[in-house]
Amino acid sequence: MSEVRKVATRDSYGNALVELGAKYDNVVVLDADLAAATKTGIFKKAYPDRHIDCGIAECNMMGIAAGLAATGKIPFASSFAMFAAGRAFEQVRNSIGYPHLNVKIGATHAGISVGEDGASHQCNEDIALMRTIPGMIVINPCDDAEAKAAVYAAAEYDGPVYLRFGRLATPVINDTPDYKFEIGKGIVLREGRDLTIVATGLCVSPALEAAEQLAKDGIDAKVINIHTIKPLDEELIITSAQETGKMVTIEEHSVIGGLGSAVCDCLSEHAPTKVLKIGVNDVFGESGPAVALLHKYGLDAEGIYTRIKSFE
Amino acid sequence: MNKLELQKTANEIRKGIVTSVYSAKAGHPGGSLSAADVLTYLYFEEMNIDPKDPKKPDRDRFVLSKGHTAPGLYSALAHRGYFPVEDLKTLRRLGSYLQGHPDMKHIPGVDMSSGSLGQGISAAVGMALSAQLSNDSYRVYTLLGDGEIQEGQVWEASMFAGHRQLDNLTVIVDNNGLQIDGAIEDVCSPYPIDQKFEAFNFHVINVDDAHDFEQLKAAFDEARTTKGKPTAIIVKSVKGKNVSFMENQAAWHGTAPNDEQYAVAMADLEKVGEALCQK
Repeated sequence: MSEVRKVATRDSYGNALVELGAKYDNVVVLDADLAAATKTGIFKKAYPDRHIDCGIAECNMMGIAAGLAATGKIPFASSFAMFAAGRAFEQVRNSIGYPHLNVKIGATHAGISVGEDGASHQCNEDIALMRTIPGMIVINPCDDAEAKAAVYAAAEYDGPVYLRFGRLATPVINDTPDYKFEIGKGIVLREGRDLTIVATGLCVSPALEAAEQLAKDGIDAKVINIHTIKPLDEELIITSAQETGKMVTIEEHSVIGGLGSAVCDCLSEHAPTKVLKIGVNDVFGESGPAVALLHKYGLDAEGIYTRIKSFE
Repeated sequence: MNKLELQKTANEIRKGIVTSVYSAKAGHPGGSLSAADVLTYLYFEEMNIDPKDPKKPDRDRFVLSKGHTAPGLYSALAHRGYFPVEDLKTLRRLGSYLQGHPDMKHIPGVDMSSGSLGQGISAAVGMALSAQLSNDSYRVYTLLGDGEIQEGQVWEASMFAGHRQLDNLTVIVDNNGLQIDGAIEDVCSPYPIDQKFEAFNFHVINVDDAHDFEQLKAAFDEARTTKGKPTAIIVKSVKGKNVSFMENQAAWHGTAPNDEQYAVAMADLEKVGEALCQK
């Protein structure tokens, strides 16, 4: 069997921006002194005049993006998730969200898989923060193909979009001819009768592995990839809950306020179902290699399998 | 418009400010009155705008970074013909498009939503950058409070504007000397304001009297012809200008007049108007 191709979605972001730059004259890319890390440096090489380095000033960057959008540009404002969603939250809320401006926020280095930089840079709260802003689209792609598709879709959508990318190279599972990305539409990756696993971002791939593992034990799990956390594909979540009963959510994000909460918000109202939320359990991360951290925090296939196995 | 016409217009705009805040029983009259002449000059003399086509692409942009003085902006827009002056009485009412702070989605002529201090200037810088990137000729103006410049984001934005040499950007600081908690130099002094902007690579113009249209004209003319640098115009103003009991009173930053106070305020402004008519 050939080795699975692995790509970090931050690279997908940078590459997709270059293609967008060729397609749209009014695409501009902003960064806050992290162009090498967020991979907007790839765009900078191709379109130096349309790459704006704002220096280490994320709050101002979001405001500049708002002004650019108000005058007809399509700005992609880039930084680490911690600073894009965390530090600049109020600028995103008031200068971008409230006037519903056409700003795309490219947030890389999300979650604990940032690795060695440690807790100060591991943002496990961004999905929660961003999904509370009225009209904000929140997308957390799971691999290279999906990340690129998400960037294109964001550019074509008129309004604010938060795009979440990772630093860790993850397996490409969507490079199939029939793959189709649509904002707000979940993707069923595996059918199953006993329970439904709803995963997002880099947790999608280990969720699939865990499902295969569970199958060997006679547990038939449906697996859904939810790339768009807001708007949530409520119809798919509700019908799956009604079909399989038990639900499991998996995300590289706090269990407070992220995908798990969004799914619970939906099900508690429309189809009360028992939900196991797998994610970062109200703790800060720590330094270490990304893969080791994902293992320690139970977000690899083994950890996911173990948790689901004991889910009654 | 000549000087007298501008003065008369500013007086009408002041009446609109007092009336709207009185009708709303809330809002910010002090800083609206201090900025009334600057707003008058911008909307009736300086800016390339068309109230009949509020979104024309080549229009000059204005961002009210000190968004709480929306009554001043709304009164200027209404008197310029963007919407009926009568609507000023709906300020802050449930269902009115005249929101407590500027809302670009619903108010004709408002180029940017604002209200959270320090953010408007960044959006203005983004607009100026946008024009620079695509070689558009429009200019961008933004009005800040002197208390507002305590916000760190103002200096992030200024550093960027200076670095990018955005000479199509004019930043105006309404230096009325007062903020909610008292005198700005007692709360947390931003002085020297001019030297700060100079250090951020701005061309700086000090205007001694924000209520003198000749001084305003000279300053805006100088800003328009300044190349290679953004301009900061620091205008020394009187908070609550022309309403006797509001002048230089921090307490009138965000308080609405009652019936009796409203009558006094309007009488004060009528008197100013009569004096202008005798000129």
